[in-house]
Amino acid sequence: MNTTDTPPSPSPRRPLVVMSNVSKSFSSGTLALSDMSLTVEGGEFVSLLGPSGCGKSTALRIIAGLGDVTAGTIDWPASRINARGLPEGDISFVFQEPTLMPWQTVFGNVYLPLRLKGISKTAARDTIMTCLDTVGLKDFAEAYPRELSGGMKMRVSIARALVTKPKLLLMDEPFAALDEITRQKLNDDVLRLWRETGITVIFVTHSVFESAYLSNRIVVMKARPGRVHADFPLETSLERGPLYRASEDYRAACEKVSAALLDAMGGEAMEMH
Amino acid sequence: MSTASPLPTAASAAKNRETLLRILIPILVVVALVLIWQGLVTATGVPQYILPGPAAVARSLVTDWGTLAPALWVTTQITMAALGLALLGGVGIAIFLVQSKWIETAFYPIAVILQVTPIVAIAPLILIYAPTTQVALLICAFLVAFFPILSNMVQGLKSVDHNLLNLFDLYGASRWQTLIYLKLPASLPYFMTGLRIGGGLSLIAAVVAEFAAGSAGAGSGLAFRLLEAQYRLNIPRLFAALVLLSALGVVIFGITSFIAWLGLHRWHESSVRREN
Repeated sequence: MNTTDTPPSPSPRRPLVVMSNVSKSFSSGTLALSDMSLTVEGGEFVSLLGPSGCGKSTALRIIAGLGDVTAGTIDWPASRINARGLPEGDISFVFQEPTLMPWQTVFGNVYLPLRLKGISKTAARDTIMTCLDTVGLKDFAEAYPRELSGGMKMRVSIARALVTKPKLLLMDEPFAALDEITRQKLNDDVLRLWRETGITVIFVTHSVFESAYLSNRIVVMKARPGRVHADFPLETSLERGPLYRASEDYRAACEKVSAALLDAMGGEAMEMH
Repeated sequence: MSTASPLPTAASAAKNRETLLRILIPILVVVALVLIWQGLVTATGVPQYILPGPAAVARSLVTDWGTLAPALWVTTQITMAALGLALLGGVGIAIFLVQSKWIETAFYPIAVILQVTPIVAIAPLILIYAPTTQVALLICAFLVAFFPILSNMVQGLKSVDHNLLNLFDLYGASRWQTLIYLKLPASLPYFMTGLRIGGGLSLIAAVVAEFAAGSAGAGSGLAFRLLEAQYRLNIPRLFAALVLLSALGVVIFGITSFIAWLGLHRWHESSVRREN
């Protein structure tokens, strides 16, 4: 892109979140993360991949400000920081379970983040309906969570995450409990959202195929203690979508990710190369 | 998955018949039992001061209504006031207790001690300290009904989904917002359990306390009328008082169950009919 004739930007492009030498140990004494550093730029789709117990979910929760770090820092160079050291309103979290309030309708659940900010229901209505439309649940606004399928509940959870128009979407194995067809559909939905809104996504998964399909950057983690083992971009000239799934690029990406994951799981012998 | 029934009218007719049977069967069983009771009393010729027949009880219910109705009203008032206070106190103190682990450690044992001490044993003391007998009865009934509501509410407030708590944290919710929008609604099923248990217990406690207090005169409730009828060997009236107490219990159960249904039927599994 030619930028010579545009005035210099007042704030040069800065990374969205910078994790520097973060360690985290639990009260049980387990060292979940050791000296982990990770910088995520705006607009990236990063997959955090690794064997179970490698601390990928812990890393995500720490980025979200759920739980303190034992050592190290987390910085948000491009955001305004609140009293708790978090760029409030800039982060959204999608948990592994839909985590909906069963006593609220779909509308009420999506309204929650805005309600907590003190925005009235009437003022929030348009935003909420737009978000529900984005995930294809406009006609289910008045339904209760128990009336929805697992995939639909997950869509509500995603709509709720989008309602504050966050810069960063953190997803913690969101589709792990869903069937394959629903999972592929939701993967395509998330990709579409990512393209349309320019949101940054950090996506925790243990699926090679899911991470290779979704992300343009893979961070493979290693267990006991958790740390970054490999960090590489996934380039493709194709648009990620159903066509990409059948392409040679996708197959190559899967192999690359798979090799990195195997290497991370290889144990002590592989570490001493 | 719901599929359209090929015979919707037949299905709804079957459903109506089931509803009808659901109401009819219990009524028929009760009627049959009453008839057997009357038959036995007539056949064996048991004297009325030992076992009156249902007809005699019904007669007493009508002739003694002037004595029984004010007593029923007194017992109803004490039961309802005690339940109301127990709801306020139970929920309020539960919210206070879960604010910190130390508050709970300090105060929960006191609630347990109050609960496990038999109410009959402290009723004489309460009678001494309370300004009137009615207030004493109210305190007794409150103490009994209060604990199940408290313990259920504490349990409910503590069983909130951790991920939802994380979500509220993430969005910077205040303590107050978390209480109003998350903890209280999440503990509604537990509250309803406490309400149903507390409703039944407050009536039992109101009766037991009146036995212990032995109040007499104009302001006395059904329990005193029951004892009085026994002293006078007016057993039909004793049975009539008993019938009224049971009816009051059933009404309280019905009301509390209806409130629970109102609060939960749209979202909670306990109030949803299983479809498969």
